[in-house]
Amino acid sequence: MRLEYIGLSELSGSLIVLEGVSGVSFDEMAEITLDSGERRYGRVILIDGDRVVLQVFEGTRGISLENASTHFVGKPVDIALSKEMLGRVFDGAGRPIDGLGELFPDERRNINGSAINPVSRQYPRSCIYTGVSAIDGPATLIRGQKLPIFSGSGMKHNELAAQIVRQAKVADQDGDFAIVFAAMGVKNDTAGFFRRSFAEAGALQRVVMFLNLASDPIIERILTPRCALTAAEYLAFTHGYHVLVIMTDMTSYCEALREFSSSKGEIPSRKGFPAYLYSDLASLYERAGMIRGRAGSVTQVPILTMPNDDITHPIPDLTGYITEGQIVLDRELEQKGLYPPVNILSSLSRLMKDGIGEGYTREDHPALSNQLFASYSKVQDARSLASVIGEDELSELDKQYLPFGRAFEERFVGQGLLENRTLDQTLDLGWKLLTLLPRSELDRVDAKTIEARYVEDAWKSVLQPGQA
Amino acid sequence: MTQTDYQIHGVNGPVVTVTGGRGLAMMDMVHVGVEGLIGEVVGVEGDVTTVQVYEDTAGLAPGQRVASTGAPMSILLGPGLLNRIFDGIARPLAVMADQSGPFLGRGLNLPALDLERTWDVTVAVQEGDQVEPGTLYASCPETPAITHRCLVPPGLTGKVTRAVPSGAYRVSEPLVEIADRRGKLHTLKLSQTWPIRTPRPFEERLPISRPLITGQRIIDTLFPIAKGGAAAIPGPFGAGKTMTQHQLAKWSDADIIVYLGCGERGNEMTQALEEFSELLDPRTRQPLMNRTILIANTSNMPVAAREASVYTGMTMAEYYRDMGYHVALMADSTSRWAEALREISGRLEEMPAEEGFPAYLASRLAEFYERAGYVKTLEGREGSVTVVGAVSPQGGDFSEPVTQNTRRYVRTFWGLDRALAYARHFPSINWLTSYSEYAADLTPWYDAQVGPNFAVCRRRLSLLLQEESKLMEIVKLIGADILPEDQKLVIETARLIRVGFLQQNAYHDIDTYVPLSKQLRMMELILRLYDGAKVRIDRAIPLSQIKETGIFDALSKVKYEAPNDRPEVFADYEARIDAALAAVDAANREQPEDGER
Repeated sequence: MRLEYIGLSELSGSLIVLEGVSGVSFDEMAEITLDSGERRYGRVILIDGDRVVLQVFEGTRGISLENASTHFVGKPVDIALSKEMLGRVFDGAGRPIDGLGELFPDERRNINGSAINPVSRQYPRSCIYTGVSAIDGPATLIRGQKLPIFSGSGMKHNELAAQIVRQAKVADQDGDFAIVFAAMGVKNDTAGFFRRSFAEAGALQRVVMFLNLASDPIIERILTPRCALTAAEYLAFTHGYHVLVIMTDMTSYCEALREFSSSKGEIPSRKGFPAYLYSDLASLYERAGMIRGRAGSVTQVPILTMPNDDITHPIPDLTGYITEGQIVLDRELEQKGLYPPVNILSSLSRLMKDGIGEGYTREDHPALSNQLFASYSKVQDARSLASVIGEDELSELDKQYLPFGRAFEERFVGQGLLENRTLDQTLDLGWKLLTLLPRSELDRVDAKTIEARYVEDAWKSVLQPGQA
Repeated sequence: MTQTDYQIHGVNGPVVTVTGGRGLAMMDMVHVGVEGLIGEVVGVEGDVTTVQVYEDTAGLAPGQRVASTGAPMSILLGPGLLNRIFDGIARPLAVMADQSGPFLGRGLNLPALDLERTWDVTVAVQEGDQVEPGTLYASCPETPAITHRCLVPPGLTGKVTRAVPSGAYRVSEPLVEIADRRGKLHTLKLSQTWPIRTPRPFEERLPISRPLITGQRIIDTLFPIAKGGAAAIPGPFGAGKTMTQHQLAKWSDADIIVYLGCGERGNEMTQALEEFSELLDPRTRQPLMNRTILIANTSNMPVAAREASVYTGMTMAEYYRDMGYHVALMADSTSRWAEALREISGRLEEMPAEEGFPAYLASRLAEFYERAGYVKTLEGREGSVTVVGAVSPQGGDFSEPVTQNTRRYVRTFWGLDRALAYARHFPSINWLTSYSEYAADLTPWYDAQVGPNFAVCRRRLSLLLQEESKLMEIVKLIGADILPEDQKLVIETARLIRVGFLQQNAYHDIDTYVPLSKQLRMMELILRLYDGAKVRIDRAIPLSQIKETGIFDALSKVKYEAPNDRPEVFADYEARIDAALAAVDAANREQPEDGER
């Protein structure tokens, strides 16, 4: 027997309230049928005796207290999963929108997933080469890591993400690569851009897309990353794919969460975001990882635009506390016309220390990346001093740092959109640029490595003499 | 008892309201719903009782039954806690993985201890013995280095009426029977339960007198932590809080480490588990895990259990303290705990105070940090719980409520600095904002154990660093070239202190742990050079001449070159300093304007 509750007792924002309901469980999914025959979906977010509050994914426009009937389906929100998802396009709630018809599911899974037992996790150690020097050298991406890109409106984060997707390859070629792309509140153009770049890379058959565009219902946006990650976990841990999940834009997601929270009348915390923003983001980001005894992996590259380029805004701030590092894009470098405009000093990959060096990448990798950080940070000191007292007044040593800084930004960080550098190229380039500095300034490298890698004046093979 | 009458009335995230009776007490543990999810009573209002549930509440429905256990949230304590990893309410994660696979299941009601394993028990009492709280009645080797001592629990005094002979027993088998003064019989086993929110009693607090030696130079030398003390490590993300905590867990000279991952990353806990299993404790040559209890309540595990996890960890720490061990509790991160309080407080619709945190934030933090201490146990031994809490301030801003309130209850403050971390200066503890109130308390110990010169060197080092920071203000405005030579020497020496002493490489075999004796010798070397150079500069010899000898660079490498167990190599370095200075003297003697001598 199909039990329907006719009518509602309250409407508020995207929430509807029913009274006199029994036998409904928390987080259960509901179908709401309008008199017009339109069907919408919602889920239970609060139960108080026989009063039930539902969140309607598609919004409440057009719903009145009398024109809707509600049916509870008896299970939480889930999506259909199958290997056939590869190459398909879904909406933000996991329904196919590419006109190729419904999926034949192998199984259905609750989109909330459940936490990976820390005991069952495998600590990630194998590197993913992105072919981008600014990442491979100083902030190496590791399989199973969550490494967000902190960007700002108008910066080239999409191009960088697309380049990573095009060029990414794993160190040891076991297992297949797949990409899960989740768009939350992005413009049509952006979704189109990604689709084109996947097509150009010949990768469309390896991509699963979940699209919640800027004009799509906001509440559905809360489901989008969960659907995407459920698909990613399925492909990774059931079928052994190495899945790279690109989620953009996490800022839109958090704003949707804030809108939902305020319509529920919750007490806001910082900047109006709900107090549980940290836990909520963690329930997404922590779904990256590897599992002992399973072949695949889920690697996340979420993209977020920092409101007003402010890294202490709650969204980047809480993200940074959960993710294993961050790639930070810099407005100043962007304005200099550099691509990718990665700010090396504030970028970090927490997992790289165990996944690089001897036996993983190259034995001099850790020393080099440490030295580049330390030297580049001295460049900043020299620059800020120069801005006060003028370049001419700098000490001889400080003066040497300025050309190094310029060369490092232009040659090492900067690279072409289609330029795919091998790790050897990246590391060798780093050593060559370091020869712009006197040998005694390399205080993060042991004598043996300097002996092996520091070739006096090697920078001349990279730069014109006039440039330094 | 009428417990079957209780049923679910409403659900709001982890908060469940229960109706059907008035018998539930505050902080009682309950089992909620069909799966028996574990929860705790947090409010009673008339017929409606509010429960926070430690697991995901999806699927709970009104009318499902709620069963009371009639006791506050308690955990099982006994041999077998060491070398294990638990969730926030002391369920063993490895057993959960066996039962529900790599993803966490719900409603698993598992004891913290392995009930099947037998222990080699020595029973210490016999029939007719008088016992009181703290009397040892049985012991067993828990790991090769740790003997587990079973003590008569607080509140029980009486006479032994029955005792089993020594032998192999499981944790739940009765060992000793005691008749209290009223003649009521109590059975003691290897294990006991204890409510996590109640501090375990001790005889008396003893004054702080011994340092927790960590082998980390900036900590041991400049900002020491005492055994029984409390410290906070606040810092923005990426500044190295977790790294510092891991270093302390690996190298500090505590007998037992309780490492609490509260609302942090899953991979970090996996890493700790792997590393601590492989690394050997330098003192006992045992795997570090043999002295470690890991508690993992990662950020995606239920928020209410995150709130409970700090008490679980503290209770385990106190349990081992009572056996006479020095325990260090690393809590990473207490901010996540505070946020869990805020999240639950919001769901309970309590009136928020600062930044949405509940008004009782400060008192909860105080309760937690005050459970640290150096005590005389009920048995009469000395034991301690040292607490090191990481704080993750929003936006790296130390003025937020959790950092500020924590500051009031800890006496060591290691402020991590984003700028230092960006320059890859690790540990990125800022020497200007950090402090330790224990330094004075511990000076007698350092004088006696390391040498009176230690405190002198420490003070001189921090003075040089202070002076440098003042001079850097000037340098930022006009450049370093303008400074007089003696101030240049201060800057150069401070640079040497920062690079050659404060910076410490956790991945370097020698540098990751440095004994106090070597720390002292390193300080002495730096100051010997400073004093020697100062004499030359007073004689109008420019600093650049001394720098040209390369002696500053040579000293900055001492940390990598001098082995920890060979103090005699320091004589060579002293000779090199003297030789470098002598060479400078010689070069200047040839010049006519050098009229001295």
